[in-house]
Amino acid sequence: MNNAIFSLKKVSKVFPGVRALDGVDLHLYPGQVTALIGENGAGKSTLVKTMTGIYQPDGGEIIFNGKPVQFHSPHDSHALGITAIHQETVLFDDLTVAENIFLGNYPMTKHFSIDWSTMVTRSQEILSSINAQMDPNQILRELSIGQKHMVGIARALSVDAKVVILDEPTAALSHHEIHELYELVNTLRDQGKAILFITHKFDEIFTLADRYTVFRDGCYVGEGFIKDTNEAQLVEMMVARSIEATYPKKDVEIGETLLEVSNLCHTTEFADISFSLKKGEILGVYGLVGSGRTEVMQALFGTTDHVTGTVKMNGKEVIIHSPKEAIDNGIVYVPEERQKQGIVLELPIYQNVSLPQMERLAKHGQIDEEGEMALARQYCERLQVKASCWDEKVMNLSGGNQQKVVIAKWLATNPKVIILDEPTKGIDIGSKAAVHEFMSELVDSGLSVIMVSSELPEILGMSDRILVMNEGLIVGELSRADATPEKVVSLATGGSVAC
Amino acid sequence: MLKRLIYSREGVLSIIVLAMFFGVGVISPDFISLSNSVSIFNDTSILIMLALGQMLVILTRCIDLSVAANVAFTGMFVAMVNQYFPELHMSLLIFLSLFIGALLGAINGLFVWLLKVPSIVITLGTMSIYRGATFLLSDGAWVNSHQMSESFIGLPRYEILSMPVLGWMAIAAIILFFWAMKFSVWGRNFYSAGGNPMAAFYSGVNVGKVQFYAFLVSGTLSGLCGYLWVSRFAVAYVDVANGFELQVIAACVIGGVSIVGGLGTVVGCVIGALFIGVVNNALPIIGVSPFWQMAISGLVIIIAVIANATSDKDKARIILRNPNANDEIRAN
Amino acid sequence: MDTTIKKSATPDSMFTSKLQGLLRWESFLVLIVFLVCVMNSYLSPYFLDPWNLSDATFNFTEKALIALPMAMLIIAKEIDISVAAIISLSSTLMGLVAQMGAPVYVVAFVGVLAGAACGLFNGVLVTRFKIPSIVVTIGTMSLFRGISYILLGDQVVRDYPDGFEFFGQGYVYWVFSFELVLFAFFALVFYWLLHRTTFGRYTYAIGNNPTASYYSGIKVDKHRLILFTLVGVMSGVASVLLTSRLGSTRPSIAMGWELSIITMVVLGGVSILGGSGTIAGVVLAVILMGLVTFGMGLLNIPGIVMTIIVGVMLITVVSLPVLITLYKNKKAKAL
Repeated sequence: MNNAIFSLKKVSKVFPGVRALDGVDLHLYPGQVTALIGENGAGKSTLVKTMTGIYQPDGGEIIFNGKPVQFHSPHDSHALGITAIHQETVLFDDLTVAENIFLGNYPMTKHFSIDWSTMVTRSQEILSSINAQMDPNQILRELSIGQKHMVGIARALSVDAKVVILDEPTAALSHHEIHELYELVNTLRDQGKAILFITHKFDEIFTLADRYTVFRDGCYVGEGFIKDTNEAQLVEMMVARSIEATYPKKDVEIGETLLEVSNLCHTTEFADISFSLKKGEILGVYGLVGSGRTEVMQALFGTTDHVTGTVKMNGKEVIIHSPKEAIDNGIVYVPEERQKQGIVLELPIYQNVSLPQMERLAKHGQIDEEGEMALARQYCERLQVKASCWDEKVMNLSGGNQQKVVIAKWLATNPKVIILDEPTKGIDIGSKAAVHEFMSELVDSGLSVIMVSSELPEILGMSDRILVMNEGLIVGELSRADATPEKVVSLATGGSVAC
Repeated sequence: MLKRLIYSREGVLSIIVLAMFFGVGVISPDFISLSNSVSIFNDTSILIMLALGQMLVILTRCIDLSVAANVAFTGMFVAMVNQYFPELHMSLLIFLSLFIGALLGAINGLFVWLLKVPSIVITLGTMSIYRGATFLLSDGAWVNSHQMSESFIGLPRYEILSMPVLGWMAIAAIILFFWAMKFSVWGRNFYSAGGNPMAAFYSGVNVGKVQFYAFLVSGTLSGLCGYLWVSRFAVAYVDVANGFELQVIAACVIGGVSIVGGLGTVVGCVIGALFIGVVNNALPIIGVSPFWQMAISGLVIIIAVIANATSDKDKARIILRNPNANDEIRAN
Repeated sequence: MDTTIKKSATPDSMFTSKLQGLLRWESFLVLIVFLVCVMNSYLSPYFLDPWNLSDATFNFTEKALIALPMAMLIIAKEIDISVAAIISLSSTLMGLVAQMGAPVYVVAFVGVLAGAACGLFNGVLVTRFKIPSIVVTIGTMSLFRGISYILLGDQVVRDYPDGFEFFGQGYVYWVFSFELVLFAFFALVFYWLLHRTTFGRYTYAIGNNPTASYYSGIKVDKHRLILFTLVGVMSGVASVLLTSRLGSTRPSIAMGWELSIITMVVLGGVSILGGSGTIAGVVLAVILMGLVTFGMGLLNIPGIVMTIIVGVMLITVVSLPVLITLYKNKKAKAL
C-alpha cells in the first residue's frame, strides 16, 4: 500500500442536496491498471473531477508521491502529470487537431512563440502511435465522434503523464477501436504509468485491470486484486442486491400495432429507420453513444428538420414537424438531457406539469391556477414525487424526483406512446426502481413505451423487443427471449448476431 | 490550398473589398491612386485598432460597448492635460492615454471577471458613465486646435515613407496582434476560452482572467485612439466618436468574428474594418450623401451575421457512415 | 364540505414561500420610492404641487411604455436595443406623411404601424436565422436610424396637423395627462398579459429554459416573434407621444433612450439573463427614475449627469445580487 503514487483518503464532495462522494479511498500504483467500478451515479465522474482539480474536495486528503497536495485548479493537477480523458469530450471544435492535443501545454520556440511545426509533427507521432489516421491540421468540427475521442486520448498522452485517468473511454468506440485502445492501455502500463480505468463493462475489467476499487452511491465499498475476484463478487459489491429484483417487468397482453414508422431518413444522422410499436409493448432501443438513437427519437417527436419517411398512428399517417404536433398526436418524449430539455428548473412543480396543456386549461387565455394545481396534485401523487409543496421550484428536487415530474408532465397529457430516453441516467437506485416499476404500470394501463438506454441490464430487463442501432442504422431486432448481452453488444458494435 | 484560401471568409471578403475599391476606381481613377489608398488606410487606422481590441472581447463571448466613450474620455483628458501643461513631453502624454484607457477597460474587465456580470450590461453602463464623466471633466467646453500644442497635433500627421505615423501605428498593431494571436499562448487562450469555456477551464485556462485581459487590451487601445482621434481632428468635445462603438463591432462582425465566441482572425478583422473604410471614403465620390453611411453599416452588419449564421449551419455532425457523404467531406 | 376533501400529503404551497414573497425586490423599491419622495419634498417646496408632479411624469412615460414590453422580452431571454432607433424611424415616417397633409389619425396610425414593422423585422431576423438578438438589434439600430437620416438628412419636420399635439401635450382629466393615462392603461394590460395569461407563463418558461419549453410543445419562435413585434408596436406608440410632445421630428430624436429603458427594466428586478421579473417592479422602477430625474431638475443638475447616475444604477443593480451571493458563500464557508 505504501508505494501508491496517487492516493485519495476519506475524500468527500457535497453538492446542494447530494452527497456525491462520501469519504472515499482510492490508490493508484505505477505500472498498474486500477479499475474503478460502480453504477451510474456512484460518484465516478465526480471523483475524476476531484482528482483533476476541477472540483475541490470538501473533506479528506489527496496524496501524490507521499506528499499531501491541494489542487486549486486543473492547472495544478496537470502540472504534476495527472491527465484525464473525460467522459464528455472537452475539446475545441473550431481549433485544429494539433492545437487540441497541445492546448494548455504548447511547445515553444526559444523566441517565446508557439512552435507550430513541432506541434504538428509531434501530433502526427502521437496520433500514429495510437493508430489514429487523421491530419493534425484538420479542424476538429469536421471529425466523427470516434475520431474526436482519439484526439482526446492523444491529448492525454501529449504530456509526460504519471497518472492517466480514462473515464469510460470505450462508450463511443467501435469494436475495432476498443481493441486498439486496450493495446494502448497496455503500452502505457509497460511505461510505468499509473492508470485509472473507469467503466461498468466487466469484460474490460477482466482483460485490462490489475486491481479494482468499487464505489456505490458515493461511498467506498472495497478494493483488491482482479486475480482474487470474479464477476459475481464484483456485481454484488456494486449493487448489493441481485439484479433480477430490479426489473419488475410484468407480463402485459400486447395488442394491435399502434405506431408504424417506415423508412425514416435524415441526410446525415440516420437512414432507413423502420419499426412498429404495439399497444402495451415496451420497445427497447440499444446503441452506443452517437449511434443515432436519440436523433431518431427526436425526429419522431418533431424536433428535427430534414426528415423524410412516414409515421402512422393507428394505421393513419400523421405529420409531425414540431413537438406540439407530436403531443397532439399522443406521442411524448422524456429526453435524456432532463435538465436542459425536460424541465424548467426555475418554475414550480405545478407549472411544469401544466406547461404542455396550458391552452386547454386556460379560460379565454387566462390562467386557471386551481386547475393547474389539481392536475399537478393528481399526477405527482400518482408518481410519488417527494416535495415539500407543489409550489416548490423543481431545482430544489433530487434528480430522481425531477425525472418523476417530467414523466408526470407527459402523463397528464394522456399520451398513447411515451418515449423514454435514458430514463434512469444519473438518478439514484431507489428512484430507478420506481421508474422501472412505473413503466410496467404504464404498459399495463394500455400505453406503449419506447425506451432508449445504454444500460444493458435495463434494456434486457424491461423490453419486450429490442432494436439495436449502429452508425445511424437499425442493425438488428431481437425478441425478449432471444436477447442475450453478447448478441446485443456485438450488434451494437458492428458485429453480426452469429458470434 | 489556393481553393481553401479563396473559399475562406477572409478570401471572399478581400475580393469584395478589392472589387469595391476598383469599382469606384472606374468611376473616379483618383480613388485608386497610391496616395489616396494610403489616405483611406490612414482614415481607417483608428477603426482597425479599435476593432482588433474588440475582437479579443468578442472572442471571449463578451462585448465592449464602452469603447467610443473611452475614446471620448481619454481624448478629452489628454487634450486638457496638453492644454494646461503644453510643455509636457508627448511620450508622457501617450503613456497617459494608454494608462487611462487601460484603467477604464480594467473596470469593465473586473466586473466581468470577478462578478460574472453580463458584459453587455456593464459596458452599457460604463458607456454612459464614461461619456458623462467626459462632460464633468470638461464642463461641456471644447478644447480647440489653438489650445493644443504643435507636437500634440503634429505627431500622428508626421509622415514616414509618405505614410503618417497614425497609419504606421495601425500597421504595428496589426503585426503585433497577428503574432500574438497566432504564436503566443496568451493569444491562443482567447480562442480556447471563447470556443469552449468549460474545456478551457479543464485545460487550466482561467476564463475570467482571459476575459479581463480582453477588456484591458480593448480599453488600452481605446485610450490610445482617444489621443489619436482628438489630435487628428484637432478638437476634443463630449460627443467625440459618439456611436462609433457600432462601427467597431460592425468591423468585427463583417470580418467574420463570431459573436458567440472563439472564432475570428486578425486578418478578417482588418479587412472588415477596411470594408467600412472603403465604403465611407467611396460614398462622397460616387455621389451618395454621407447620411447613407449609418444605414449601410447597419445593413452590412445584418447581412454579415446572417452569412455567419447560415455557414455555421452546414457544419452539422455526422453519424451515418455513408460512402457518398464521406466522399463529399474529402472533396472539401 | 371540507371534511369530504381528501387530505393530500403534500400541500399546494407553503406559508414560508408566501412570506418570502413579501421580502422581494419590489418591496425594497417601494421603500426607496418613498424615501426619494420624502427627500424631494424636503429639498424643494414645489415638489408636492400636483401640477409639478404631473409635469414630471412627461419625462418618463414614453420610455416607460417601451419598458413594459421590453421587460417581457428580457424575461424571455432576448433583448432589443434598437428601440430608440425605431422611435426615430417611426417619427420620421410620421413626419413625412404629415408633410403630405395626412390627418391626425393617419399620422398616428403610421407611427404605430412603422414601429410594428420594425419590431417584426427584428423578430424575423432573430427567429428565422437564429442570430443572437443583441447582434441583430445592434445592426437594426443603425439601420433604422440610418434610414431616418437618409429620408430627412439634417431637415427638421414641424408640419404636424392640428390636434396631433394632444397625444403628447393633452390632458384627459385635471392633472392627468393623456400620456400618463395611457401608461397606466398599458401597465394594467401588460400586468394582465404577463401574470395572468398563458402567454405570460410561456414567456417565463422560455426565458428560463427555451429548449425544455420547445420540447413541451410551446411554439418558441412564434412567441419570440410576437414579443419583438410587441416591443416595436409600443416603440411606435411612444414615438407618437414623443413626436407630438416635441412637435417636431429630426433623425437624432430619442438618442440613447435604449439605455434608460433597459435600466428601468433591470432596476425593476428583471433578470438580464432572463426568466424572472414582474411588471409591478418595472412600474416602480419607472416611477423611481422619474422622481430622481425630477428631483435633480429641482436642484438644477444638468441632464448628462443623469446619464452617469443611470449608468451607475444599472451596474449596481446587476452587481449587487452577485456581491450578496459571494458574501453569503464566503460567510457560509467560514462557518
